[in-house]
Amino acid sequence: MEILYKIIDLILPFSWANYNFMKNALIAILIITPLFGILGTMIVNNRMAFFSDALGHSALTGIALGAILGIINTHISMLIFAVLFALCLNNIKRRKTMSTDTVISVFSSLSMATGLVILSRGGNFSKYSNMLVGDILSINAKEILALLLVFIMTMIFWFLGFNKLLATGINETLARSKNININWVEDLFSIVIAIIVMFSIRWVGILIINALLILPAAASRNIASNMREYHLFSIIISVFSGVIGLIISFYIGTATGPTIVIIASIIFFLTLILRRSFK
Amino acid sequence: MLKMKGYRKNEILEQGHDAACGFHCIKINNISVKYGAQAIIEDINLHIHCGKITVIIGRNGAGKSTLIKSILGEIKHEGKIEFTDLKNQTMQDLKIGYVPQHINMEKNTPMSVYDLFASYISNAPVFFRKKHKLYQLIKERLSIFDAHNLIDKRACDLSGGELQRVLLSIAITPVPNLLLLDEPVSGIDRNGMGLFYENIGKLKYGYDLAMIIVSHDFEYVKKYADHVVLLDRTILKEGSPDEVLASEEFRKIFGTI
Repeated sequence: MEILYKIIDLILPFSWANYNFMKNALIAILIITPLFGILGTMIVNNRMAFFSDALGHSALTGIALGAILGIINTHISMLIFAVLFALCLNNIKRRKTMSTDTVISVFSSLSMATGLVILSRGGNFSKYSNMLVGDILSINAKEILALLLVFIMTMIFWFLGFNKLLATGINETLARSKNININWVEDLFSIVIAIIVMFSIRWVGILIINALLILPAAASRNIASNMREYHLFSIIISVFSGVIGLIISFYIGTATGPTIVIIASIIFFLTLILRRSFK
Repeated sequence: MLKMKGYRKNEILEQGHDAACGFHCIKINNISVKYGAQAIIEDINLHIHCGKITVIIGRNGAGKSTLIKSILGEIKHEGKIEFTDLKNQTMQDLKIGYVPQHINMEKNTPMSVYDLFASYISNAPVFFRKKHKLYQLIKERLSIFDAHNLIDKRACDLSGGELQRVLLSIAITPVPNLLLLDEPVSGIDRNGMGLFYENIGKLKYGYDLAMIIVSHDFEYVKKYADHVVLLDRTILKEGSPDEVLASEEFRKIFGTI
């Protein structure tokens, strides 16, 4: 960590980079944003925006359950609940008795309400309100390490499973005819989303996390013409908005997450104009 | 799992050069699909040889897609599918190729035909870098249906006919024993349809595979089918195209054409 700090001092001799909390935040953002950029591509492709949003909301229930069961590290209860929640959603979706939107809506509302009811017992909710917008400036070295592990895990999944995931999203029956185990691929992807959302929600915030997942990929779609460009642009846009958002939020004293979202949104609209002018 | 690594490039192509021998036999025995007490399809028995085109016709909701999906193993069903090589009387694993009706792809999806193709036949992640060998292989496979110029185009920009030729190439890479085509001509104009059936003819004579096609176009059924199956929950009538299209059962469902 010390070495990293020195490197940052060396290449970023600016006043905002003098503080250790800013250095930590910068490192965290450099890990989280590429991850979001990569993951977002398939969330947008497979129309899972609503799904990842619901997962974010389920974090509240995870914390609440942790509080009730007396689990001190709410990360664990959040994670377990989110994974179960994701698998449960997949399962119900496969029965095809209701439209996916409806299923997700029902479960998302229920889990968020449950979380809010439990956490607001005795008027204590304000204690948890920083979960809504997140606070990346409070991240510490150990937590950065956890993010790094998640990053590595996701990259392994991406390199091994990406083609199957893409194939499944395009046509399940066709994927099945090519011997791809579609349920397995879908479940794994959902678990990966759940893990990433849960590990970053404290820093990014429940209300904003989905925007960060969707916006870079959505912007990239406007200008990319194949999967390589799609990923590359999405990562660049994600990292760029993350870093710029962090710096701006430091100077004008705003919450970091929403500032990043605004930058990413601006980029989205710029790419939209670019796309128009291409055609 | 399909492992492309197991195939050398040429092997796939060589496989394709075997014309149908007529000795591969696929038996579909007593397939039934039930939801609760209601039978969607019942007692379907079919006997299919390589080099033959079997066309399934029937009104909407007759269970055509259900049958296709149960052959693919996507839907739980009763009954068995056997695949025998009559030359040496051995049972083999049936490899099935499938050409879907449509694919889920929004406008503006940044996926080239290469990406689409590679995602189904290779594990080399398409977001990372283009593999030259794989690119050449895909180009060769696409060229069977004269679609090799489409390889760098975005899949969402293709016309219905172009997309279908790409999907056909994917379905026969590697060459399956049985190719299933689910209403393959929806959303395609007359011209494209003629071309499509020409391609099907090409497959019939050039490759060692059997085909089952779900179709609505009786003109082409007459021209290309070897065997026609009229389905309405169960098989009402089967036989040569002339036989089935002139039958009483056919008239009851479709009227006179």
